[in-house]
Amino acid sequence: MIRSKMLLATVAAIATMAVTADAQDRVVNIYNWSDYIDESILEEFTEETGIKVVYDVFDSNEVLETKLLAGSTGYDIVVPTGTFLANQIKAGVFQKLDKSKLPNLENMDPAISERLEKYDPGNEYAINYMWGTTGLGINVDMVKERLGEDAVLNTWDLMFDKETADKLADCGIFMLDAPTETIPATLNYLGMDPDLKTQEGYDAAKEKLSEIRPDIRKFHSSEYINALANGDICMAMGWSGDILQARDRAAEADAGVTVEYIIPKEGALMWFDNMAIPSDAQHVEEAHEFLNYIMRPEVMAKASNYVYYANGNAASKEFLAEDVIGDPAIYPSDETIDRLYTVSPENAREKRMLNRTWTAVKSGQ
Amino acid sequence: MMRALTNRLVILIPYVWLLFFFLLPFLIVLRISLSDLEYGAPPYTPQFSFSDGWSVIWEKLSALDFENFSFLASDSLYINSYLSSLQIALVSTFLTLLLGFPLAYGMARAPDGVRPILLMLVILPFWTSFLIRVYAWIGILKQEGLLNQLLLWLGVIDAPLEILSTNKAVYIGIVYSYLPFMVLPIYSTLEKLDESLVEAARDLGCTRIGAFWKVTARLAVPGIMAGCLLVFIPAVGEFVIPDLLGGSGTLMIGKTLWTEFFNNSDWTVASAIAIILLIVLVVPIVWFQNAQAKATEAGG
Repeated sequence: MIRSKMLLATVAAIATMAVTADAQDRVVNIYNWSDYIDESILEEFTEETGIKVVYDVFDSNEVLETKLLAGSTGYDIVVPTGTFLANQIKAGVFQKLDKSKLPNLENMDPAISERLEKYDPGNEYAINYMWGTTGLGINVDMVKERLGEDAVLNTWDLMFDKETADKLADCGIFMLDAPTETIPATLNYLGMDPDLKTQEGYDAAKEKLSEIRPDIRKFHSSEYINALANGDICMAMGWSGDILQARDRAAEADAGVTVEYIIPKEGALMWFDNMAIPSDAQHVEEAHEFLNYIMRPEVMAKASNYVYYANGNAASKEFLAEDVIGDPAIYPSDETIDRLYTVSPENAREKRMLNRTWTAVKSGQ
Repeated sequence: MMRALTNRLVILIPYVWLLFFFLLPFLIVLRISLSDLEYGAPPYTPQFSFSDGWSVIWEKLSALDFENFSFLASDSLYINSYLSSLQIALVSTFLTLLLGFPLAYGMARAPDGVRPILLMLVILPFWTSFLIRVYAWIGILKQEGLLNQLLLWLGVIDAPLEILSTNKAVYIGIVYSYLPFMVLPIYSTLEKLDESLVEAARDLGCTRIGAFWKVTARLAVPGIMAGCLLVFIPAVGEFVIPDLLGGSGTLMIGKTLWTEFFNNSDWTVASAIAIILLIVLVVPIVWFQNAQAKATEAGG
């Protein structure tokens, strides 16, 4: 998940209880996505353990990765997405978890841990924090007004079928500015392997995307939340939790905007955000204590109830709020899960081809 | 004796500054640009080390293939980014001059009591963060933004103008952000300008406009040049303004470099882009300084 929440954003250091720690103080430095935790969890952790939490946020996997590769980040826990995690493990920026210090690992959902093995074989370096899907957020009334009352809505045709997209263009379509998500989605729609990483695959995706490019008002990875909620646009490709946030904001505003999150029938990307400890972390002991704490069922449930994303903790399910565990947009049915796909990390050459393709789509260069 | 030593030390300071904050970083970037890409921390393998000794470095240097530089030539994206950056910077520098000169002229001609206030007003925007000022332009320029609402209300336009996410917004952003850098040097030359020279020209039969062109404008050239360089150079490498105000079609080298560094994690190509950018900028500056030095010699 690449949340480009404002590129050069004031990566606001929400230093919860950021008091200058003296040498004896126990500290853990956490670097997580913005708006991705219930902050009372951090306070309660400090209360119980006496370990101070210095909490800092980022807005894109790329920024996190650049910091990790440069080294000496000063962070003890970071939260990369699966595909990025895999490359970073290979680059040697993480240390293996000491599982003897993580008894709460038994709470984790074996199904999710197994999926995570694609990126972290043997689950040696990371634990899953949250997972979600990349689908479509629509303004139901505006879309039906243009496509007809009984139009089929649970399909990628809304975005990728030229004729349909043309009809929706005037009310505004946004697309994520994240090639690692948009290209697999395009390939999947074309009936090709979403994980295909060849020049031919990228060219096919480029052709399809260039065709609908004139209908897309903007490529952006966070503005769609407000735009959907305010009724400024009628469709966006985006991340599940973000679109659900838009849905709630629209409902709160009560201005006649109804937003719905769709996992299209052709399938959608499933991604995982995971916690890992950098190899040069200064507070390894404290980091393990935090990981063990966050894996407690009640704590993990509290986090999910707050951010509207599903977590990889099976034991937490009984503590989840009804509107979280009962919402198929957050916890999809088994049948829907079967239609979800995952992608593997790109190597340097593939990464370059992927980003070059994306530049070509966006700028026509 | 003591004084001579102090003088020398004072002269030394700018050189030491240049050494540590320009030459050394430049060498580090140059070394990365000659390295091979590798996925690791850091994500490149250097071809040589500064501790190798000169002869070894020289030997290794002559064996280099400069593949990161030849890569830049292989894809038109890079050359187009450079050209488009130069064009955007040139046009915005010209626009800034058009706006900045009358401002500076007016300030220099203002009564003594008012001048410090005007100067203060030019500097005042710096009290707010650059990033926030650029963000504010999003609110002004967007479809339902202040500007469109005002124009619609006045009846100048029927439908909102599409300015944000186009190159127009980039021009507006650059001109706005860099205007003080144009105004201040021009103001400082105009303020020092000896009024009696203009009077002399008028006494000798020059028209008002003629005196302005032949005396005031001529004498303001150093200030104009300084202002233009202060605007042009940072504008070429600008990243924040095209990223926030420009659209996905806005091609600027700063954005291309960002993509290499962050999206491709390719520090080697990113460094090569930076080196070429530096050459593109340094060569005209050096040429300009030489030309100016010659002009001073000839004139003096």
